Amino acid sequence: MLDDFLVRAVLAAVGAALAAAPLGVFVVWRRMAYFGDATSHAAILGVALALALSVPVFAGTLVVALLVAFGVARLTGRGYAADMVLGVAAHAALATGLVAASFLSGPRLNLEAYLFGDILAVSKMDLAVIWGGGAAVAALIGWRWQALLLSTLSPDLAAASGVNPERERVTLMLALALVVAVALKVVGALLIAALLIIPAAAARPLSRTPEGMLAGAATVGVIAALGGLWAAWSLDTPAGPSIVCAAAITFGISALGGRLLGGHGG
Amino acid sequence: MSGLIEARGLTLRHGTREVLRDVDFSIAPGEIVTVVGPNGSGKSTLLRALIGALRPSRGKVTRQPALRLGYVPQGLRLDGSMPMTVARFLNLPSRVSAADCAKVLDDAGAGDLAGRQMSDLSGGQFQRVLLARALLNDPQILILDEPTTGLDQPGQASFYRQIEALRNRMGCAVLMVSHELHVVMSASDRVICLNGHVCCEGHPEVVAQAEEYRALFGTGTQGALALYRHEHTHSHDHAPGETCNAG
Ligand SMILES: Nc1ncnc2c1ncn2[C@@H]1O[C@H](COP(=O)(O)OP(=O)(O)OP(=O)(O)O)[C@@H](O)[C@H]1O
Ligand SMILES: [Mg+2]
Repeated sequence: MLDDFLVRAVLAAVGAALAAAPLGVFVVWRRMAYFGDATSHAAILGVALALALSVPVFAGTLVVALLVAFGVARLTGRGYAADMVLGVAAHAALATGLVAASFLSGPRLNLEAYLFGDILAVSKMDLAVIWGGGAAVAALIGWRWQALLLSTLSPDLAAASGVNPERERVTLMLALALVVAVALKVVGALLIAALLIIPAAAARPLSRTPEGMLAGAATVGVIAALGGLWAAWSLDTPAGPSIVCAAAITFGISALGGRLLGGHGG
Repeated sequence: MSGLIEARGLTLRHGTREVLRDVDFSIAPGEIVTVVGPNGSGKSTLLRALIGALRPSRGKVTRQPALRLGYVPQGLRLDGSMPMTVARFLNLPSRVSAADCAKVLDDAGAGDLAGRQMSDLSGGQFQRVLLARALLNDPQILILDEPTTGLDQPGQASFYRQIEALRNRMGCAVLMVSHELHVVMSASDRVICLNGHVCCEGHPEVVAQAEEYRALFGTGTQGALALYRHEHTHSHDHAPGETCNAG
């Protein structure tokens, strides 16, 4: 069954969507959208370095994403405006990656595949990375769930309850680097942040608890993955962007529905 | 160690600004201590250092091992990005029974709020929920940063009554910041007057007479403080003192 490329594509897309959901809700709650951008753009640099050093692409993107995540967190902790540092980092990481990639010209690097994803070409190995990485993200966030929620609401309340908010922040950055490495093949570096934010945003108007929003984000993500792949297949559109489009449509419907139900707007 | 929480030579900087300098502090079980001081004098900073949210630049904070503390931060607001019911909020970071939830909500006068969204609460309702959360798990010490901000008059009165009752019932210590000097004077065992460092501390009546205290509050508190002192001395000291200097 896994020999069928379409089955592999479906499994990859669903796996990436499920991996993105538990982190995506925190990206929305903590207003880390730009942070997600910076980290995922850095993946291109990771790809270039991995190919240059002949190490697995997954390892390269994971390491570079981690370095950028911690570097940015360090700088913003030093009193630089978070917005500014992230703006610099997000674009510098992308540009550096593109420049580094240009040194690796030739058939070794299909840049477009890493920028926009190449889901129809996922291998069994890629599947193992996606589901393994996704399981790791789910385990990590599930394990720290309560502490993460409280540190997100108020670092001071967390500290008073014996939770170290700094440690929880590190947990999230680890998870973010993992998701970037996992989702790179599916939607590409440019749209990873979209896969994090849009399903969570779509789930917000319809949920009353954090757990409800997580379940909603996972559901929307899976629907978008399947819908996007279906569109890519039947309309011959690029798969990664189609998945994100499907998620955006779900968001529109949910926002409208939320308004009609008199729920929360945002 | 005899105190629940102790600080020795606590010095704390925000950036390059020294906000607290050489503060010694200790609170005993069952004691009610109030910190007073002008805006920006480091009261919240002191409390946050004591709960472990801020790391001292110098000096040391020690808490009794496994200390159960309830904390109400100053001016916390939650935006609506995270859906969160009041009941769910009380279950962070550890789960509590529904009966305990209902009890603390009742105690804090927020009995009917359990199913509401945190982001939909009014300022006073929100404050009551924070109080309720601080009361969970039988705290040995309550640390309250201007806890009655936004509470209506009956709410404030019943809040302070409850704090006293709690102390009497469970021997729970209370450390609070308050600008309501008349309440401070009647409800505390000890008052600490803070302005970057400890200006003076002691029994409320002693502190009220202290020169450093009058320098800080002399002219600004004719309302509340004079009202209190009225009963005792009938003196109206309007002399504008020099400020109690932090640096
Ligand atoms: N996060 C921060 N970064 C930089 N400076 C800070 C920070 N928090 C507080 N400060 C500064 O530290 C000083 C003490 O602040 P703090 O909040 O402890 O005052 P406070 O006594 O609680 O005042 P208030 O009565 O207004 O609540 C102030 O000068 C404030 O500007
Ligand atoms: Mg304060």
